[in-house]
Amino acid sequence: MIRFLLNRVMGMVVVLFLVCLFTFVIFFVLSPDPAVQICGKNCTPEVIDQLRANLGLDQPFWSQFWTFVSGLFVGRTYGSGPNAIDCAAPCLGYSFQTSQPVFDMIAQRLPVSATVAIGAAILWLLAGVSAGLVSAVREGRFADRFITGLTLTGMSIPNYVLGLSLQFLLVVTLGWLPFPQAVPFSEDPVQWFSNYLMPWIVLAVGASAVYTRLTRANVIETLQENYVRTARAKGLSPGLVWRRHALRPALTPIVTIFGMDFAGLLGGALITETVFGLNGIGKMAADSITKNDQPVIMGVTLLAAFFVVIGNMVVDLLYTAIDPRVRVGSAA
Amino acid sequence: MSETPRDTENLLRVRDLTVGFHTAAGQVDVVKQLDFDLARGGALGIVGESGSGKSMTSLAIMGLLPKGASRSGSIEFDGTELTTLPERAMRSIRGDRIAMIFQDPLSSLNPYYTVGTQIAEAYRSHRSGVTRRQARKVAIEAMERVHIRDAARRVDHYPHQFSGGMRQRVMIAMTLSMEPELIIADEPTTALDVTVQAQILDLLAEIRSDTGAGLILITHDLAVVSQVTDHLVVMRDGDLVEQGAAEQIFTDPQRDYTRMLLDAVPRIDDEIGLLRTLTAPTAEEES
Repeated sequence: MIRFLLNRVMGMVVVLFLVCLFTFVIFFVLSPDPAVQICGKNCTPEVIDQLRANLGLDQPFWSQFWTFVSGLFVGRTYGSGPNAIDCAAPCLGYSFQTSQPVFDMIAQRLPVSATVAIGAAILWLLAGVSAGLVSAVREGRFADRFITGLTLTGMSIPNYVLGLSLQFLLVVTLGWLPFPQAVPFSEDPVQWFSNYLMPWIVLAVGASAVYTRLTRANVIETLQENYVRTARAKGLSPGLVWRRHALRPALTPIVTIFGMDFAGLLGGALITETVFGLNGIGKMAADSITKNDQPVIMGVTLLAAFFVVIGNMVVDLLYTAIDPRVRVGSAA
Repeated sequence: MSETPRDTENLLRVRDLTVGFHTAAGQVDVVKQLDFDLARGGALGIVGESGSGKSMTSLAIMGLLPKGASRSGSIEFDGTELTTLPERAMRSIRGDRIAMIFQDPLSSLNPYYTVGTQIAEAYRSHRSGVTRRQARKVAIEAMERVHIRDAARRVDHYPHQFSGGMRQRVMIAMTLSMEPELIIADEPTTALDVTVQAQILDLLAEIRSDTGAGLILITHDLAVVSQVTDHLVVMRDGDLVEQGAAEQIFTDPQRDYTRMLLDAVPRIDDEIGLLRTLTAPTAEEES
């Protein structure tokens, strides 16, 4: 088990390092000179040079990359002398736009994105798995066809279309929901809930459609398994056959996919957050892309990669708990 | 083939059993008007090539035919007509009075549960008021009866931790725990290697003599039935080809097809050469 964990952690480090390297290369090679951008309109070559030196942009590529990576672990210092700015670990640099530390910006917005992700995940898991079950039980009948049609619709509606239509319908036309405002949960739970409800629904619609199909396919496949026939031959009640012998094997693969989807969502829901004006990581990423705020984009990219990698590891660990074949295999 | 009227000697009496599938091309019968009896404590072998309808016959008796299949005719078990029995009543017979052993023990056991759980759950669902602990004890006893060593420890192992032969023993233990009156074994040794096959067949014979349960052994392998059964039904393409006492069929088969099946069994005193394959005339040609 410990060896298994160590292996996974090593793999994680390698993946994150590569993500770091690639994002760094992309920004180093492809983007316009940040010093020119920061400098603004009334700029002299001297100021630009000064800025380049402060940001370390005059250094060769590997040296810059090394400063960036070591900054993540031990922090780094921008500039020198009395003007030097210390950036404590984990240092993701400063935003070119706001001059705030990128790490602080992320830390501020993470709760919003996490709230969006958790609520949406609960919703789509409940809706997707139960619709998938109904579909599987009623295979080929009306309910199955109806749900299948519904999933097709759910999968084909783009997030921004659904988001704007919902807003128009529920807030403007029907007035069922108040106009969204950022309120902390402790202040006004009702407003808080109605604020997040629409983003949750928008994100859950597409995902639950996918989960419905997955669940349906897995359950129907599991019901064909020989061990389900054995369970019937033992004279178990249909409920027991379902619960014990069909559901658990059928839902196991869904854990894997759920872990990754959820982790990916923690890195920010770009479109949904933007549509609903939620100040989360996704919106921050969208804003920094339009303004070419490199440190922020890199920080968000790294964060998303970090969550996906962690999510993967959690899924692997969960799997060992769920599937006895994996458990024993790793212990040996 | 004795035309005995309704009697209490027979544990199972199958008459005119037809199993068909509804397909786009119309009704396709995979078992056609099959008649046979199984005496109490008797052992019947149903033999035939794959596709002869022998497995469908066993599933029809269990009431476990796949979706889209239909059965007609009569299946009388201990005086009870099974074809008209409501599902709930059938469920109480299934596993309790008629138990079934399947071909591939690995895929027939659920990989997510310990073998103990899987043996015990049948017992608990058929005997009301049985505690977990009692059911576990029954499971261990059943495993001991099929000669699984160290059963008290092995009961908590998962199917993948057993060898093929041991898994089939687990399957047999599962049926045994219920003390059924009839055991249907569908190709119980096909997925196993030859030495293990012999052990499993010995075990089936031993259980039969210990419990007095009736046995239906379904196989394509005549060498297998010759060891265990006293009565044979030979099937082909859903039709009954021949039936009778095992000894008589082995020594004096009445039909060409049976003879060819017998000839296809390699024997130690055969001259070395190609194995004989089945090139029997089709049913129409034969008649």
